[in-house]
Amino acid sequence: MAEHTIKAFDEDIDRLRGLIAEMGGRAEAAIENAMLALQRHDKVLAAEVVADDKRIDAIEAEVEKMVVEVIALRAPMANDLRDVVAALKIVSVVERIGDYAKNIAKRVPLVATNTRTLEPISLLPSMGQVAGEMVHDALNAFAARDPDLALAVVERDTVVDDFYNSVFRTLVTYMVENPKTISECAHLLFIAKNIERIGDHATNVAEMVYYAATGNTLPDRDRGADIQVED
Amino acid sequence: MTPMTEEQHNLAVDNPKMTARDVKVFYGPKQAIKGVSIDVDMDHVTAFIGPSGCGKSTFLRTLNRMNDTVASARVEGAITLDGEDIYAPSMDVVQLRARVGMVFQKPNPFPKSIYENIAYGPRIHGLAASKADMDVIVEKSLRRAGLWEEVKDRLQDSGTALSGGQQQRLCIGRAIAVEPEVILMDEPCSALDPIATAKIEELIHELRGRYAIVIVTHNMQQAARVSQRTAFFHLGELVEYGVTSEIFTNPRQERTKDYITGRYG
Repeated sequence: MAEHTIKAFDEDIDRLRGLIAEMGGRAEAAIENAMLALQRHDKVLAAEVVADDKRIDAIEAEVEKMVVEVIALRAPMANDLRDVVAALKIVSVVERIGDYAKNIAKRVPLVATNTRTLEPISLLPSMGQVAGEMVHDALNAFAARDPDLALAVVERDTVVDDFYNSVFRTLVTYMVENPKTISECAHLLFIAKNIERIGDHATNVAEMVYYAATGNTLPDRDRGADIQVED
Repeated sequence: MTPMTEEQHNLAVDNPKMTARDVKVFYGPKQAIKGVSIDVDMDHVTAFIGPSGCGKSTFLRTLNRMNDTVASARVEGAITLDGEDIYAPSMDVVQLRARVGMVFQKPNPFPKSIYENIAYGPRIHGLAASKADMDVIVEKSLRRAGLWEEVKDRLQDSGTALSGGQQQRLCIGRAIAVEPEVILMDEPCSALDPIATAKIEELIHELRGRYAIVIVTHNMQQAARVSQRTAFFHLGELVEYGVTSEIFTNPRQERTKDYITGRYG
């Protein structure tokens, strides 16, 4: 894209985009490490995820401040305006993604080791990986202003939803068959729900990226069975 | 040079007050406007934006034949007011300029009293039968121009003694006094401070609907604030004409985007 006549404007935009790239990278790492901590029952790693979330929150605050300044001082128009508005919305969503990863990490010490044998725990890492990749691609789409990549993220949301429904059914079955596992299963259920929400938020980010890049909003899509509450 | 395409002219106007079709303006051998077609309607304020020398002021001046005063200027194409060709030989130019009024960049009140500044036009057009009629016209015009409360006790003071912003509102009042249908404004705020500018912008907002208003401005924020329709001119062409909120958030043409985002040049 051509440079602005006022170079400082480009510097502001670059800094803004750099911060969001860092924030996205940290959110991705938080998801990955939270899932790793869950699999290995690694309380130290889990504690790190919780601690690192502070930096994500700090970046959100920094971006918010910068966006207000850019709007006030640069009066951005057209794609620039869409870009900074998207930046403002994206950071609040990525902050939420960080919170979900933190919440997963916080549950790691509460899921006792004897649940290693539970089947859903083997599904969760794959589910977490898909959600993490969606976050990664959504942020990459923002960095590259790539509406096609954003669209691909939106389309992947159903994969996470399907995972969630599968995990939900499995956990309910476990709980019915063996009430002693209810406490662990409840935590795992929340973890699955957190991952499902991360997928939704990555989708939101992708939708904002699509709007920022094209100026058009995505048509309403059939979200399918977002939540299947059975029985 | 450039035929009108749907992309360029992306705005349908149902009930145009003025229309221009394939308008070309030449200054001697130099072509300043290269085939502009546009409709201007009553219900919206239309802003012309574009870099210096893009032709926006030249084009504005074709709408009430101000270019007639430039010896080397030649206008081709068709411009109508209520369907009537304003360049037809039968058109009375003085009458035309009463119907299509103009406000200029620098406030230019007559060196006469405030009262006379307003009364001059109605008098030569024979709009007032008596002094009482004229008093009514002066008050009404000054009220519509948002100036009455500030000057009602000193109508005999010289118009040139007013502040710049007041002078510009006086000029708008002077244009209004002859009951125009269209008001053309050529950078009406570029010589004014922000407060005086805000008052003019508020005035434009209040006048909307009563008159068709076309404003040329260098200030894109001003175009965004006062207009509902924006036309972007570049190198004598109308590049894009659309709903203001769309032009400033999602312009269709690359050239428009580069200009309004500050990437032009």
